[in-house]
Amino acid sequence: MEPLIELRGVNKHYGTLHVLRDINLTVGRGEVVVVIGPSGSGKSTLCRIINRLETVESGTITLAGRNLPAEGKELARLRAEVGMVFQAFNLFGHKTVLANVMLAPLKVRGQKKDKAQARALDLLERVGLADQAAKYPAQLSGGQQQRVAIARALAMDPEALLFDEPTSALDPEMISEVLEVMRQLAQEGMTMVVVTHEMGFARSAANRVVFMAEGQIVEDRTPEEFFTAPESDRAKDFLSKILKH
Amino acid sequence: MNVLTQNFQLYGDGFLGTLRLTVYSSLLALALGVVMAGFRVAPVGALRGVGTAWVAVLRNTPLTLLFFAMLLGLPRFGVALPFELFAVLALGCYTSSFICEAVRSGINTVPLGQGEAARSLGMTFGQTLGTVVLPQAFRTVIAPVGSTLIALCKNSAIAGSFSVTELLSTYKTLNENGYSVLWSFVWIALGYLILTLAISALFHFMERRWGAAR
Ligand SMILES: Nc1ncnc2c1ncn2[C@@H]1O[C@H](COP(=O)(O)OP(=O)(O)O)[C@@H](O)[C@H]1O
Ligand SMILES: [Mg+2]
Repeated sequence: MEPLIELRGVNKHYGTLHVLRDINLTVGRGEVVVVIGPSGSGKSTLCRIINRLETVESGTITLAGRNLPAEGKELARLRAEVGMVFQAFNLFGHKTVLANVMLAPLKVRGQKKDKAQARALDLLERVGLADQAAKYPAQLSGGQQQRVAIARALAMDPEALLFDEPTSALDPEMISEVLEVMRQLAQEGMTMVVVTHEMGFARSAANRVVFMAEGQIVEDRTPEEFFTAPESDRAKDFLSKILKH
Repeated sequence: MNVLTQNFQLYGDGFLGTLRLTVYSSLLALALGVVMAGFRVAPVGALRGVGTAWVAVLRNTPLTLLFFAMLLGLPRFGVALPFELFAVLALGCYTSSFICEAVRSGINTVPLGQGEAARSLGMTFGQTLGTVVLPQAFRTVIAPVGSTLIALCKNSAIAGSFSVTELLSTYKTLNENGYSVLWSFVWIALGYLILTLAISALFHFMERRWGAAR
């Protein structure tokens, strides 16, 4: 498989806290990698460094073989190739749903307005929200906002999507509508890195499960292997806690 | 009353002088203040340094001192300008430091996730600031910027001591001509009141229109 995202020997500190320890991770094109692990183990930080929302101290991060630069326009361009979906949705509060989806194609890609709008409406249709296009984010439910956020990321035609606990802020009845959209993307061949505790999604949609603890990747295996026969004590312990309920 | 009617021309010139100073200095202060606020939150350390120094120097220098510095300092570098322009520069730069801080605190009220979402979509720092962060900071910034511009209007009185035609300095002429000091000042105060109330009204309108949106 052609590697799309590659991390080699990546280290990151917050002050004295060693948040990412010597991370090596390869995500192939079209692959779906689910990242799980206890709170504070560095999962969000992992997503954020792939998108350079945070810098790293050592190691390399490449996207389709290209190194991520540290700052500036070049970084912005490469960043546009990787979409990010946040736990808190982060839709632009002062813009309508449609404007949220159109903004980056207009500003970053310099698309014509009618083209960007047609595409945005297509994407909203795809996540089942074409009828909400004129509303503001605050008028939507959490599940609807998160689906708009996915459409907004897709509007840039990214090579890969990062999801940082996309359903953790949602009421239970809204989780499945978001997971359904994600499952569909996975089927269509989108490269995805998904931080989630939704084990059902991990089992059914993931090619690999990466288990993190204390800033390290402890296991990196198929869902089948990971869930039925975890190797490390930390993974066993973690699974016994979350699978109990 | 006859202080006003007999010296209408003088008052009028003074009033218009203060109005000009206020308008031009406000425009300069707003433009510089927003740019400096952008500098202060920029990812580039050098820009942040410039923004921080700008605010530190201008906000902590007495305005009169700044007028002297401009009037005596700039000509040394061969910059010769009309007094009124010097005054606009001094007032505008001085006030921009306060505008900068008001805008920066407005920026801080916008959740970090907004900027992160914009950056993750590939927007540059300038695009993120201009299309996502500042528009959302705008409504919290309206009231403090209004107060700052009212202060600017009153501060413009200092320009009178530097040979600029403005409202307060009319009292000197009136005094020489033997008019009552009390009444001279009443009419001068009224002139300032008209200007500051107008600024107030403008910003009240903007707050009603945009301040409570959403
Ligand atoms: N901006 C930050 N400054 C300081 N410490 C941070 C920051 N962000 C995260 N951390 C710390 O880094 C560790 C890993 O955080 P995170 O990646 O968010 O973990 P996870 O997403 O797995 O819960 C935690 O201990 C967290 O407190
Ligand atoms: Mg997290």
